[in-house]
Amino acid sequence: MSPLDVAKLRADFPLLSRTVRDNRPLVYLDSGATSQRPRQVLDAERAFLEQHNAAVHRGAHQLAEEATDAYESARARIAAFVGARPNEVVFTKNATEGINLVAYSLGNASIGAVDAYAAARFALGPDDEIVVTEMEHHANLVPWQELCRRTGATLRWFGVTSAGRLDLDDDPISEHTKLVAFSHQSNVLGTVNPVKELVARARAVGALVLLDACQSVPHSPVDLAELGVDFAVFSGHKMLGPSGIGVLYGRAELLAAMPPFLTGGSMIELVRMEGSTYAPPPQRFEAGVPMTSQAVGLAAAVDYLNSIGMATVAEHERELTEAALVRLADVPGVRIVGPTELVSRGGAVSFLVEGVHAHDVGQVLDDRGVAVRVGHHCAWPLHRRFGVAATVRATFAVYNTLHEVDALVDGVRAAQTFFGVG
Amino acid sequence: MRLSQMYQEIILDHYRNPHGAGLREPFDAESFQINPTCGDEVTLRVALKRDSTGEPVVADISYYALGCSISQAATSMLTDLVVGCTVADSMHIVGAFKHMVQGRGAVEPDEDVLGDAVAFAGVAKYPARVKCALLGWMAYQDAVARAVEAPAGPSQNGAGR
Repeated sequence: MSPLDVAKLRADFPLLSRTVRDNRPLVYLDSGATSQRPRQVLDAERAFLEQHNAAVHRGAHQLAEEATDAYESARARIAAFVGARPNEVVFTKNATEGINLVAYSLGNASIGAVDAYAAARFALGPDDEIVVTEMEHHANLVPWQELCRRTGATLRWFGVTSAGRLDLDDDPISEHTKLVAFSHQSNVLGTVNPVKELVARARAVGALVLLDACQSVPHSPVDLAELGVDFAVFSGHKMLGPSGIGVLYGRAELLAAMPPFLTGGSMIELVRMEGSTYAPPPQRFEAGVPMTSQAVGLAAAVDYLNSIGMATVAEHERELTEAALVRLADVPGVRIVGPTELVSRGGAVSFLVEGVHAHDVGQVLDDRGVAVRVGHHCAWPLHRRFGVAATVRATFAVYNTLHEVDALVDGVRAAQTFFGVG
Repeated sequence: MRLSQMYQEIILDHYRNPHGAGLREPFDAESFQINPTCGDEVTLRVALKRDSTGEPVVADISYYALGCSISQAATSMLTDLVVGCTVADSMHIVGAFKHMVQGRGAVEPDEDVLGDAVAFAGVAKYPARVKCALLGWMAYQDAVARAVEAPAGPSQNGAGR
């Protein structure tokens, strides 16, 4: 057993002690969709709002100073958490917006609305290609489809093997590739992709790399600088933090050269009626009054995770994942969609129950207080790849227990019994 | 157990042995509907005819559906209820069914109108499953609209869409 005192830790999460559906204790196995928040995060947001709230980066009164300090302190702590410098962290409303920010910035460079240097470096045209993978969340697929549509570039992708790994032998990266965008850890399969290998392949052709780290940053130590990616995104609400805040990481010199996405107040340097120039990053990419208590809350979540230690978090979740894989494999008629061994694998466990639709499995689990995700989990092409419309997905966080894994497996057996396939 | 309120025996019967399943010709219109949150889908065809007074009547509903027990059973039960009805009466039934399943459990279903479909009243308490119950019904409503829009009367060419 890991050195983690999960029972003590769970006491920090008020929601985890509630009951659902006729007084069943809640078994929350949907943290991959959104995680629950500890009191420390809720308290930090409340304390900020009760004591320091003001619009940041404006005004010279005391509250404005305090709010700005809180906001920038949050940025520095969140940056350090992923091995980044503060000026490499842009706050967005969520990870999806972070990806769109990059896509629209490249799109803006492509329509000649910026200086020649940025246009030459970031512009896409009909000869260019963007490479993604078949296992992407829609958030890391649709923005690239749209960017290709707008610029005439072509979208290519790595396929996925039946074992749930990227098919690295059939490599779409070529001298035409301008950007390679892929998930660190699949939100469906749990697969952890070989970042350094893909970065090396992208570098060899001069392509940029964007990493969707939504499912890795909350669950294991991640050092973005060490991984060598150019961009990365993750979201606050999946890492014990607030919703309404996400992070775009970008290497400083890239952000400094990129044209803006959303424009308006506080992202400017000089504004005249004839035209404007823009602030250096990260402010260039944070138009308008930003979310502030959310940034403070996310920094509190980072502090909370640091107090546990991300290696401990990862080890605990590895035990839960292993238990789920082993115990589900013992149930006849259950098929795991994704790697069944723990090598390069995180804690998203998706599965099919023969003869029972995922919705119906989810309903039986819900009746027993077990909250899982059912459907395609915003990865429709991946489900199509495996020839299924929907899977059941259990995802873990640091507050889950082995007892909850048992509740999941018992619930799956109950679903089989209920639908007469057990 | 709340489950048995939702999964009444008659629903499970329809799920295991769906009525009217399969795609048949001839038909007047076809509708493809998808539930974007879960990927479930249905392709449903409607064939109409005229009764002695010239009123359009539902001659056949045929379908291919991929989905959970609730969506499959609801589509199966739809065919039982509306095949043989006038189009006008079938729309009345569709309206009553929608009203019931979207009613968050507060609507007392009219068994005279809905027959066995009152079994889906339990689904109304689970907002996430309402779309499942309605998938085939929305396909029917759409297909009928297309069929009625067609300039000629009931076509027998099976061309569909």
